[in-house]
Amino acid sequence: MTRPPIANESEIGEPLTEADLAQPSAEDCACKEGMFPRRQILRGGGLLTAAATLLPARAMADASWAVPGRIAKSDYGQRAPFEKVTRLAASGGTSSLTPLQAGFGIITPSALHYERHHNGVPTIDPDQHRLIIHGMVDKPMKYSVADLKRFPSISRTVFIECSGNSNAAARSAAPKTAQEAHGLTSTSEWTGVRLSTLLAQVGVQDGAAWVLAEGADGALLSRSVPIDKMLDDAFVAYAQNGEAVRPENGYPMRLILPGWEGNINIKWLRRLKVGDKPFMTREETSKYTDLITLTGKARQFSWVMEAKSVITFPSGDMQLPGKGFYEISGIAWSGRAPIERVEISTDGGRSWGLASLQEPVLPKAHVRFRYPWLWDGSEAIIESRATDQTGYVQPTKAFLARAEGVGPTYHYNGIQSWKVAANGSVSNVLNG
Amino acid sequence: MFSTAKRVSGMSVALAILFAPLTASAQQGGYPGGNAYPFGTPASNADIAAWDKDVRPDGKGLPAGSGTYQAGAKIYGEQCAACHGAKLQGMRDPNLPQGGGPALIGGRGTLNTTHFQMTVESYWPYATTLFDYITRAMPYTAPGSLKPDEVYSLVAFILGEGNIVGKNVAMDAKSLPKVQMPNKDGFYLDNRPYPVKRYD
Repeated sequence: MTRPPIANESEIGEPLTEADLAQPSAEDCACKEGMFPRRQILRGGGLLTAAATLLPARAMADASWAVPGRIAKSDYGQRAPFEKVTRLAASGGTSSLTPLQAGFGIITPSALHYERHHNGVPTIDPDQHRLIIHGMVDKPMKYSVADLKRFPSISRTVFIECSGNSNAAARSAAPKTAQEAHGLTSTSEWTGVRLSTLLAQVGVQDGAAWVLAEGADGALLSRSVPIDKMLDDAFVAYAQNGEAVRPENGYPMRLILPGWEGNINIKWLRRLKVGDKPFMTREETSKYTDLITLTGKARQFSWVMEAKSVITFPSGDMQLPGKGFYEISGIAWSGRAPIERVEISTDGGRSWGLASLQEPVLPKAHVRFRYPWLWDGSEAIIESRATDQTGYVQPTKAFLARAEGVGPTYHYNGIQSWKVAANGSVSNVLNG
Repeated sequence: MFSTAKRVSGMSVALAILFAPLTASAQQGGYPGGNAYPFGTPASNADIAAWDKDVRPDGKGLPAGSGTYQAGAKIYGEQCAACHGAKLQGMRDPNLPQGGGPALIGGRGTLNTTHFQMTVESYWPYATTLFDYITRAMPYTAPGSLKPDEVYSLVAFILGEGNIVGKNVAMDAKSLPKVQMPNKDGFYLDNRPYPVKRYD
């Protein structure tokens, strides 16, 4: 891949002054660990955010935190009090969006994983909760959380994306930030038991083809899942990012169907019923079907979330301090296959360059991409375009409009455009 | 158990073979499978009956009971109208749960227009789904509180108001699966990916 020239990195951060240098050296300091890295940050110039410049050199002289700090506590840890980023609840309280623009790497902190629920978040006592598997099985079974934890387990890092993600962004540039436009997707490491393990226990009968999955929430949300998917890579997760699944993500257990639309990953899972036909619940007939207004017909059982990407830095509602070096960064994902490449345009889609992908590139998980950019200070439209290993290329907004009209736009995965104005302000724009 | 697994799919057969040998000298890293996981308890008929209330388009799962348009109109006014509107027209009000309930009737002939309206009348392919959904999820503030006769009545009322069945047609486990919804042929299986032209 061709990399644009890197900017003069000495422009990032501030030069050391004589006053800085007059400070005690690391050798003189009683707290090497506290002092040394800060010097390295200032010298190395590796930071591209304003964080480094927010620390005036003077602060080194009056490091009020260089005193005995709090001792270790037996508590549930909190982030630094200076960190304020939060989810954004949509009106009506049925969803909240992940602040993608503030994320690093690929893992979404559990506390920032997006929410979508259909009758609120239930408070479930894990000791009372049961999962029943019945229907076309030889031995209907009932499992507690403790029972599930005794089975052979797997951990897998996967994205979950609401099929309605980016719905508003499909039609207008009104969503200002990456969070508002695309925040209904998140990646966690989930741990649980394979459905193939559980279904082998109950003994699936001849002719079984579908499994109804039902939640224990007020909506008793239910979806039909083909048994092939259940036996392929589905699992019942009781843990998320190394601890119990969060309440809003299905505590104490949920279904994970890697790569498939969020709502079918049934949360608060209480029942799996094996049958020979789809159950045609409201969610898979009149709700999460994709009306194509050009024809008036609707796509049904459109489970897979297709390849998609979004630049999270720089992104909408940010302000760049001036021309120079920026590392464009973002996430890409596909429900079909691992991401093969992400391309970046800084001229509104006329030319494209290859972004680097952070290894390991996990299938059906967010992938972090990065691309060095030397901004010359003139207006620029920046875009990202993902391709997965099936060869599928993320389409343009214009292509999807031609193919789908103005329907409810579930599964919208068009290319996102951000405009960097000459004054450094970044905004959402419709481009082509 | 292995004979059962064979009936599931080729994959399970493969898994069963991989994990099959449950012997005294289990190989390192090998999972025994089979009856080595005696976890959980058998689900009783009572356990299952308490939750097994889903209803399919062929009528499987519909309970005994029946309901009428007239009884449904009364229940609708008491339990549903606050969110869905007195005329089933839907409500938009931030003070209501979920910002109000969607319209239940109207919208026929709009699905291929820019002012498409997706309602029970214009969009839902199966009347049985209405019974299933009301039983499990409605009313929003007290889901699961309606008895089968009440749900049959609400279904009769909504289908009657949508001019899908006559207002004199009683709904029960026999009549409901026979209802032909206006948009029953309005769906097709996912046909993606589109033949997206490279770099389109």
